[in-house]
Amino acid sequence: MAQVPVADGIFTWPSDEPRLIGSRCTECQIVTFPTQASCPRCPSTEMAEHLLARRGRLWAWTTQGFPPPSPPYSGPTGKAFVPFGVGYVELGDEVKVEAHLTEADPARLTHGQEMELVLVPFREDDNGDEVITFAFRPVD
Amino acid sequence: MDVAIVGVGLHPFGRFPGVSGIEMGAIAARRALDDAGVQWRDIQFAFGGSYEVDNPDAVVALLGLTGIPFTNVYNGCATAASALTMAADTIRLGDCDLGIAIGMDKHLPGAFSADPRQYACPSWYGELGQFVTTKFFGMKINKYMQDHGISHSTLAKIVAKNLRNGVLNENAFRRKPMSEEDILGSPMLNYPLTQYMFCSPDEGAAAVVLCRAEHAHRYTDTPVFLRAATVRTRRLGAFEVHSPWLPMDETVGPTVDASRAAYEIAGIGPEDVDVIQLQDTDAGAEIIHLAENGFCRDGEQEALVADGALEIGGALPVNTDGGLIANGEPIGASGLRQVHEVVLQLRGHAGDRQVPGNPKVGYTQLYGAPGTAGVSILAR
Repeated sequence: MAQVPVADGIFTWPSDEPRLIGSRCTECQIVTFPTQASCPRCPSTEMAEHLLARRGRLWAWTTQGFPPPSPPYSGPTGKAFVPFGVGYVELGDEVKVEAHLTEADPARLTHGQEMELVLVPFREDDNGDEVITFAFRPVD
Repeated sequence: MDVAIVGVGLHPFGRFPGVSGIEMGAIAARRALDDAGVQWRDIQFAFGGSYEVDNPDAVVALLGLTGIPFTNVYNGCATAASALTMAADTIRLGDCDLGIAIGMDKHLPGAFSADPRQYACPSWYGELGQFVTTKFFGMKINKYMQDHGISHSTLAKIVAKNLRNGVLNENAFRRKPMSEEDILGSPMLNYPLTQYMFCSPDEGAAAVVLCRAEHAHRYTDTPVFLRAATVRTRRLGAFEVHSPWLPMDETVGPTVDASRAAYEIAGIGPEDVDVIQLQDTDAGAEIIHLAENGFCRDGEQEALVADGALEIGGALPVNTDGGLIANGEPIGASGLRQVHEVVLQLRGHAGDRQVPGNPKVGYTQLYGAPGTAGVSILAR
């Protein structure tokens, strides 16, 4: 089964040590994820690609206990749905990124705990390929 | 120029198979006109708010084709606040003396959904199941509980209170009380929020007739004056729904900005408010909004709820008609439902749910995607 990323240009692929691809304003230095063409803070349209840190701290989190409305959600629904964690991770004191968490048990998630970026299977697409996405995993 | 509210009307909130959103809007408008003692032909302008109804102004087919300027409004969960604000501003401009704001909606059950690209979000954000409003509310209150010492049982107490208030409101969607145990024990949707801690999108309509304040006594002996109506959107650094990322530097949300502006315009502070309607999309939102609107400091909610301060007879009566949790949320109508309740309370006409002590000042607040808030302050 071939693997394909959920979208182009949001993480380095293929890669043994994946990084998220953000952008940094060349004027005010704010970092965004994903990349965007103009700055949300200053009037600049000069944004440079910027790779984000692979580790960070969990800033806010919850669980997704029911299948999100589909569309736009394209993951498993019905009996195949498995609740997942979602949270924001502060990366390198530059930006907070929202992502799936590999852990969905509230007893194992704590604000401030260290997390690291991983690539995980998300679903199988119409071609029989495995769609890969990014997520954060607690660092033991 | 001051603006007065001289008529309010409501179509009940709930589910009404076979009744269209436009028809509910017409019923609410007629009730507001009757309340003000005026005819549709007396109305000089209108604003109509809705999410599902493309053209709320089509309600003139049911009320009368009188040729008035009629502007349609959609502004997320703050749609009704925007309609109210612009209606008040139209009177302040001086060209019109008497107008109406009408909100109506008819949603399908279940969480709201949309194409993420319409919210300037990438497609993959929706594909991965992150374009979900309820998930944001779960994250926000989970972090707030951790930072400020709010317990799970306080979430359940908020829901139980709003459902008890709904029992007293013949127009409410949910009119059955629930125990804290059953609320906490219902399925976990987005930790720490369970199924019954969320409001439901539903159906309904509300309308408000406004006039120049100096004309108010032509229509009513009990005018309520709109002392401030504000709408604000999020600033960079606010923790907001549908955000694939957030900057490191944090700032307050649009509710705080709308609230501070409204208090300044009205010359009224939170300590002067006698009856409060807050956006309780979920139990956590009511807790956070109490502080964001200046009614307490962060963390004081735990004791306020335990002491019953938010009950109809308490020091800070919140969501006396059951709020969104008991009424559901027809987006276009929700904020005008809040105004309807405050007007009844200030008139002393709220029946079994009347706030004691002759309330003089009321407050309403809306908040929703993608980070928009509306506040109004009303006084008699």
